[in-house]
Amino acid sequence: MTQDSTFHHGDAPNIASIIEMRDIEKHFGNIIALAGVSFDVRPGECHCLLGDNGAGKSTFIKTMSGVHKPSAGEIFFEGKHMDFDSPRDAMEAGIATVFQDLAMIPLMSVTRNFFMGREPTKGRGLFKRLDAAKANRVTVEEMRNMGINLRGPDQAVGTLSGGERQTVAIARAVYFGAKVLILDEPTSALGVRQTSNVLATIDRVRKQGIGVVFITHNVRHAMSVGDRFTVLNRGKTLGTAKRGDITPEQLQDLMAGGQELAQLEGSLGGTV
Amino acid sequence: MTQADAHTVDERLKAESFGSKLMKRPELGAIAGVVLVVLFFLVTADRSMFTMAGFMNFMTPAAQLGILAIGAALLMIGGEFDLSIGSMVAFAGLFFAVCVVNWGLPLIVAIPATFIFAALVGSINGTIVIRSGLPSFIVTLAFLFILRGLSLVGLKLATGGSTQLRGVREAVQDDWLAPVFSGDAFKGLFEALGRAGLVETFNNGAPKVPGVPVEIVWFIAMAIAATYVLLRTPVGNWIFASGGDANAASNSGVPVKKVKVSLFMLTACCAALVAIITVMDSGSTDARRGFQKEFEAIIAAVIGGCLLTGGYGSAIGAFFGAIIFGMVVIGLTYTDFDQDWFQVFLGAMLLIAVLFNNAIRKRVTGER
Repeated sequence: MTQDSTFHHGDAPNIASIIEMRDIEKHFGNIIALAGVSFDVRPGECHCLLGDNGAGKSTFIKTMSGVHKPSAGEIFFEGKHMDFDSPRDAMEAGIATVFQDLAMIPLMSVTRNFFMGREPTKGRGLFKRLDAAKANRVTVEEMRNMGINLRGPDQAVGTLSGGERQTVAIARAVYFGAKVLILDEPTSALGVRQTSNVLATIDRVRKQGIGVVFITHNVRHAMSVGDRFTVLNRGKTLGTAKRGDITPEQLQDLMAGGQELAQLEGSLGGTV
Repeated sequence: MTQADAHTVDERLKAESFGSKLMKRPELGAIAGVVLVVLFFLVTADRSMFTMAGFMNFMTPAAQLGILAIGAALLMIGGEFDLSIGSMVAFAGLFFAVCVVNWGLPLIVAIPATFIFAALVGSINGTIVIRSGLPSFIVTLAFLFILRGLSLVGLKLATGGSTQLRGVREAVQDDWLAPVFSGDAFKGLFEALGRAGLVETFNNGAPKVPGVPVEIVWFIAMAIAATYVLLRTPVGNWIFASGGDANAASNSGVPVKKVKVSLFMLTACCAALVAIITVMDSGSTDARRGFQKEFEAIIAAVIGGCLLTGGYGSAIGAFFGAIIFGMVVIGLTYTDFDQDWFQVFLGAMLLIAVLFNNAIRKRVTGER
């Protein structure tokens, strides 16, 4: 299985991808981090990118979000060939990335974080100033839509829980018109309850027609929201599968590169 | 979650009292400090300290320090330090004096030239810090010595061997721009108040306080401008963000490098402003000008609530921090205490402020 086409489904009409990455390669000096990765995201789907540590997930999403330039391969955004020179370029095109560090500043208020780098202004010239009233109103509203009640817009982000911070970061990306939302291991440091909140948030975002790229190494989290699953191993795509066509066990095997885990699983009595 | 319960208030949140809200303002410590210091001097100092003349007396050094402290505070909120501002005062003072005395330039040329020169030095500082990724502490410590040394060498070159360059007053006294940077402001107002009997006057009818020293006007204007920028403009948000987490900020599209270099340029320009005002006031410049001012400015900023780690603080806090400073250094002369208690006081204030700020930061971020 190397392409979707290996699996014959005929469900869900094939909508055009928002972003398509073809045979992406990335070399750092003599290290080949990505050796031909193809990946695409369609509106309103959650496409999970799975892979073990060192599989190249981070390098790949950094390429997608404009941090790295691919050494070879092509990126098509809404059907057009695109080169992102900077994260800013990608952001402007509509690719929002929520990195693991969340790009949140604990000492600053939720509002200041929400609008960081994209502050609403009013007035002109020398009198161009922050539209604080609008910023506060939008923040409280957007957070409420995501199911979080803030004490006030001036509440410091440091007082929020990990899941809530994740939600602020997602809400921010959605508010600023993300077409593709890349989430880098959003559930890796969260407890059970917070994880389910974040998964629910992903579902909410997907329903708005945004394409979600969900990076994880937790098969269970991926299976609970994912529409398609792509496994990366040693810098290559092992294949993309649709929901219902693959079992968690198969996914787990693919991630670990097959045999080794089979052996390991035997010795651990099937608990992995 | 349904819409209905999404709007209910989280039952785990306690209502916040006004007091604990107030506790979260960064400038609270400085304001409390001002109250304490005023109370202290009301008890111990001579009554004349709290007359109009006494007020101008302690506000003048407070303002000179405060201009530096506000620049230092903005830079600290932006996550960097500048230990070279004291030396920058001497260096900018030298440049300014050479402009007006040796080259005979009018103020309209000399003053902008001094600012540009200072901004250039500031940008060198900033660029080295940003490019090398070294702590600004070390880079600007190097410039503390480099600029002080250059001021000495430059003074000797400019004067033919002396470390003092005189003749500034003679060179600028007829310049139309001089009143903006030296002497007293609002003289007409004070004369009118004197005639109306609202302020104390000498026997000849002239008011005892001829006006507000210009540095105080600059100081207040800068505090207002800096606060406005911090709290009400996108740039203010960028400054907080750059200091809070430079990486997160630049991932969010904040031009962190530009912000930081600009802040270094701003602090250098603050030093230049103090240099211009004090050099015109004394009529000469020397190599010791601004000596140790970098520490005093940082102390005032810290008393004003700035965290050493950046991302938190206020310009109003630095404003009050500088006033505390001025009140103590001048106030002690109105009391029976030995004036040298000043340094003890300064160190103690710094220590208390840092402990206090640390506690505040934990409250704000909800750290436990």
